Amino acid sequence: MAENNQEKGITLEMARDMLAALEEGDSDRAESILEQMTLANDSELFQKLGKLTRDLHDALAGFQIDSRIVDLAENDIPDAKERLNYVVTMTEQAAHRTLNAVEESLPLTESLESQLKSLGNSWQVFRRKEMSSDDFRSLCLDLDAFFDQAGGQMKTIHSDLSDVLMAQDYQDITGQIIRRVIGLVQEVEANLVSLVRITGQKFTSGTDMKDEEEDKIKAVGPAVPGVDTSEVVSNQDDVDDLLSSLGF
Amino acid sequence: MDKNMKILVVDDFSTMRRIIKNLLRDLGFTNISEADDGSTALPMLQSGDFDFLVTDWNMPIMTGIDLLKAVRADERLSTMPVLLVTAEAKKDQIVEAAQAGVNGYVVKPFTAETLKEKIEKIFERINS
Repeated sequence: MAENNQEKGITLEMARDMLAALEEGDSDRAESILEQMTLANDSELFQKLGKLTRDLHDALAGFQIDSRIVDLAENDIPDAKERLNYVVTMTEQAAHRTLNAVEESLPLTESLESQLKSLGNSWQVFRRKEMSSDDFRSLCLDLDAFFDQAGGQMKTIHSDLSDVLMAQDYQDITGQIIRRVIGLVQEVEANLVSLVRITGQKFTSGTDMKDEEEDKIKAVGPAVPGVDTSEVVSNQDDVDDLLSSLGF
Repeated sequence: MDKNMKILVVDDFSTMRRIIKNLLRDLGFTNISEADDGSTALPMLQSGDFDFLVTDWNMPIMTGIDLLKAVRADERLSTMPVLLVTAEAKKDQIVEAAQAGVNGYVVKPFTAETLKEKIEKIFERINS
């Protein structure tokens, strides 16, 4: 019991012993007890310092191993910024393309409508047999002109509508880009979480480390399919390998 | 080129499926079905009498390139003309598609004219 306490540091017993030795005037004994007390204290301090160093080393090693974090910051994030800028450019272009086509076609439909209305009125006059031969001649010329014009206008409207149709391809392309960026954001999030765990674990025991490994596999596996998953997993394998090579 | 031929359009984006469908309709094709990825397209191809497959590359579950390989590996489908319409534009990918036996490769974004050209070229070559 006494031995046990001695290992843990200064005990009440040791203090009492030292006090008794001092009261008895036995300074040699008092000094030896004091020395024992200091030694016990030192060894505990060293133990704690050792553990702290090891934990710090683990944390730093874990930090360095995850080179994906560096890669994310240096390449993927700027890359994602460019991708999103491209999305902005593409959606803007698509909107302008659509608006241009609509702006060109709307007046054409209006002009066709008013021409049809006026020709229709003349046609009714003709049907009621109220049209003079001069007016009929003029109606014939108007119809000739309309047939000429309307064909071209309908072609323009068709091409504008096709343009509106094609402009919608931005949704597929930007959608693919945005999906990739979403994948990246999820990866950054997963890495940040594990980073927080690695640094927050400096003062915790080894069992927490195990929890973190399991969580990482759980969180990243189903969340980011494809390439991201395998990258995270391979990194974790590397971490595990290094940990075991260090004897953990 | 038979305008009544049965065409399957495969893309995970419904907007792109609609665009391609409308373009095909504009070219005179009216017998068009849709699928949203390779895994739904393949059983449709196997059970239906499709004449032409137009597919995207990058899709969830089963990609267009895997669908192409599955089509080429299927005895009954192996000769079906396949057109890839995709945003994937790496040289290696195009080479891979060619080796897998694709009949045409259109890179997004594309024009109505490009799609028309490629389709005509495919059927010119088949009929010659």
